[in-house]
Amino acid sequence: MLKRTTAFLYIGALFWLLSSVYSQPRGKDSCVECHQKMDGELQEPAKKITNDIHYLRGLSCYNCHGGDPSSDDMEVAMDPKKGYIGKPKPTDIPQLCGKCHSNADFMRDYNPSLRVDQLNEYGTSRHGKLLARGDTKVAVCSSCHGAHGIRKASDPQSSVYPKNVVNTCTKCHANPQYMRGHNIPTNQKMKYMDSVHSKALFGKGDLSAPTCNSCHGNHGASPPGLSSIAAICGQCHASQYEYFIASPHKKAFKQGGLPECATCHDNHGIKSPSDSMLGTQTESLCINCHSQGDKGFNAANKMRDRIELLKARLEQSEIVLNRAERAGMEVSREKFDLIEGKNKLIKARVLIHAFNPNEIEKITNEGLAISVSTQKAGERAMGDLQFRRKGLAVSLIIIFLVVITLYMKIRQIERVASRPDEA
Amino acid sequence: MLRSLSQRTWNWLDERLNLDELIAHAKEKTVPIHKHTLWYYLGGMTAFLFFVQVVTGILLLLYYRPSSDNAFESVQFIMTEVHFGWLVRSVHSWGANLMIAAAFAHMFSVYFLRAYRKPRELTWVTGILFLFIALTFGFSGYLLPWNELSFFATKVGTEIAGVIPLVGHFLKRFLRGGEDVTGATLTRFFGWHVAMLPAAAAMLLMAHLFMVQRLGMSSPEESTDGADNPSHGKTMLFFPNFLLRDLVGWLIALGILGALAAIYPWELGVKADPFASAPANIKPEWYFVFMFQTLKILPAKILFMDGEVLGILAFGLAGLVGLLVPFLDTQSGPNRTSLIFTVLGVVALVYMVAMTVIAYI
Repeated sequence: MLKRTTAFLYIGALFWLLSSVYSQPRGKDSCVECHQKMDGELQEPAKKITNDIHYLRGLSCYNCHGGDPSSDDMEVAMDPKKGYIGKPKPTDIPQLCGKCHSNADFMRDYNPSLRVDQLNEYGTSRHGKLLARGDTKVAVCSSCHGAHGIRKASDPQSSVYPKNVVNTCTKCHANPQYMRGHNIPTNQKMKYMDSVHSKALFGKGDLSAPTCNSCHGNHGASPPGLSSIAAICGQCHASQYEYFIASPHKKAFKQGGLPECATCHDNHGIKSPSDSMLGTQTESLCINCHSQGDKGFNAANKMRDRIELLKARLEQSEIVLNRAERAGMEVSREKFDLIEGKNKLIKARVLIHAFNPNEIEKITNEGLAISVSTQKAGERAMGDLQFRRKGLAVSLIIIFLVVITLYMKIRQIERVASRPDEA
Repeated sequence: MLRSLSQRTWNWLDERLNLDELIAHAKEKTVPIHKHTLWYYLGGMTAFLFFVQVVTGILLLLYYRPSSDNAFESVQFIMTEVHFGWLVRSVHSWGANLMIAAAFAHMFSVYFLRAYRKPRELTWVTGILFLFIALTFGFSGYLLPWNELSFFATKVGTEIAGVIPLVGHFLKRFLRGGEDVTGATLTRFFGWHVAMLPAAAAMLLMAHLFMVQRLGMSSPEESTDGADNPSHGKTMLFFPNFLLRDLVGWLIALGILGALAAIYPWELGVKADPFASAPANIKPEWYFVFMFQTLKILPAKILFMDGEVLGILAFGLAGLVGLLVPFLDTQSGPNRTSLIFTVLGVVALVYMVAMTVIAYI
């Protein structure tokens, strides 16, 4: 009996020890306690904060607003002498957030991998610069991240989660009245939602697909200058960027004041590119600047012709190989080779951004060689198929004849064998 | 000149081996004629298809390389580069299936005609063991091209073997050559497929044929006017009458094999990737499907036992009963059949067909 009591005591002590180690008591928090009992917008912050990443990591209202959360007396709890600042002015918010977020020592205890240069970046942004000039309509930290229900950017409910960024930015940027006086369009969302990037993000669920901040930056958000567009697109489209900056168009576009990639591909409403964009047909983009007889016009024609030629040859090869495969012929190696041919076509399409017809000719020639060899292999397979069928027909005829002969032989043997009986 | 040379050779051999006596015995050998005579050809058909497997298998060995790095490529090479390689490989694959179909048909015909009765008990036993060997041939050969489907089917198949109580884990490791299906499994399966199984099959086949020759064909009681003795009924000479008919059957089978190979060449599929996820609807070869389907539909628990374990044990027991049928069926005799064994046979056949059909629809 005594042993059992001792065991219970030990277990109880162990539980107490563990619970004291693992639970971190928040202490008294009169701000949340009182505001939760209030109505309307005064209750809202107390409701939202329970999901806030800061609150979940042990911080609370007073860490931003100041005051004394240990007192139930409203006068004491919200006493300016105790550091209470009330609702911060928009102009103060970047500094307020930066107090912790720019402090590497402080952030190390909470999220060591998080950058601490947001405030500096914000100062370089269009929003930050306008705020410095006293424009309080511009976005500050809380405009995008929220004030009391801030979630991690990787949380799908966060306002800065990739799929939510468009709506967060266009809360202001798609509102013509709000944007009045800033002299920038408000149709970016409409155009973006029809773009290839939005299809990747929302259609395929590809979170690496670009949204507003991928090109404009987030804390340092700015409209890209004409000459930095290629560098922005090149973050993902690296090969196209390399070809473009070494091409004659880089200089020409700069001189003409043209927005690099966006000149042909648009900015927010970027469509999936097609071969018809290249060349000198009515739907081609090259004729926007080039006209009959000039060097660029001829180059555009030549490049398009090469692309079309390779495309057609690869299609022909594929048709023959598919036909052979459907007939049961083994052409998997040739089909694999054909993939390499298609890769050459993709490379040629990328190489267009160098605007050099000779380079296009070289790469398409490599693709054409593959298309020729795979086409031949496909035709050979079809030829083999015919040979097999003819061989089968001949074999079956021979087998049939031998069977008939055997049948006759059996009949003959049995006839001879039955004769003596008849006699 | 040539004739005298061959005559002299024959005389030389006959003097030493007494071949004329064998010829005389063969000339006397007869086969009963009745309404079920047609079933007699199935045994010869199975043997012929086995012979085709041996010949095509040896030809495949000239190019096949048994390693996970080379197996698929070597079969691809056989199918595309080797002269008539496509034909040899397709005939081997189709032939395997036809052989097992013929062996099953032969087994059921022998079963329902009660040909296993005394004195042919051991003929039945060797035949059943040969069928088991043929199924093992099929299972091991399926993996050899090392394609996606065969890889995962082997994975599932050996996994099932691992469920057998007591010996399961050891058996799975033994079959796989490790914890997983790898190149080691392929090497092992190759060894069985080209060395151990052929040796076992050849011995069983010789024993089976020896007994068939020694004991003659069994005649079903209803066709022998009350006596189970072929000499009382109509007969035909084994040589040449029956053998020529056999030959007709074999030629037709050869034509069918050629046609299948030319019109529906056996697919090679995609090379196995052990890290890829298993393709949907993996099924073993058709002759294992009835067992696979049974294990699939069995509930997880039957009384206190695992459904799968119970299923495997039941199939093991059924195999054992099948092997020992001649010793268990003491009822059947001339003019007398055992109702239990007729019912058992019909149930087994219907069950196998039904389960297979269900799995494919």
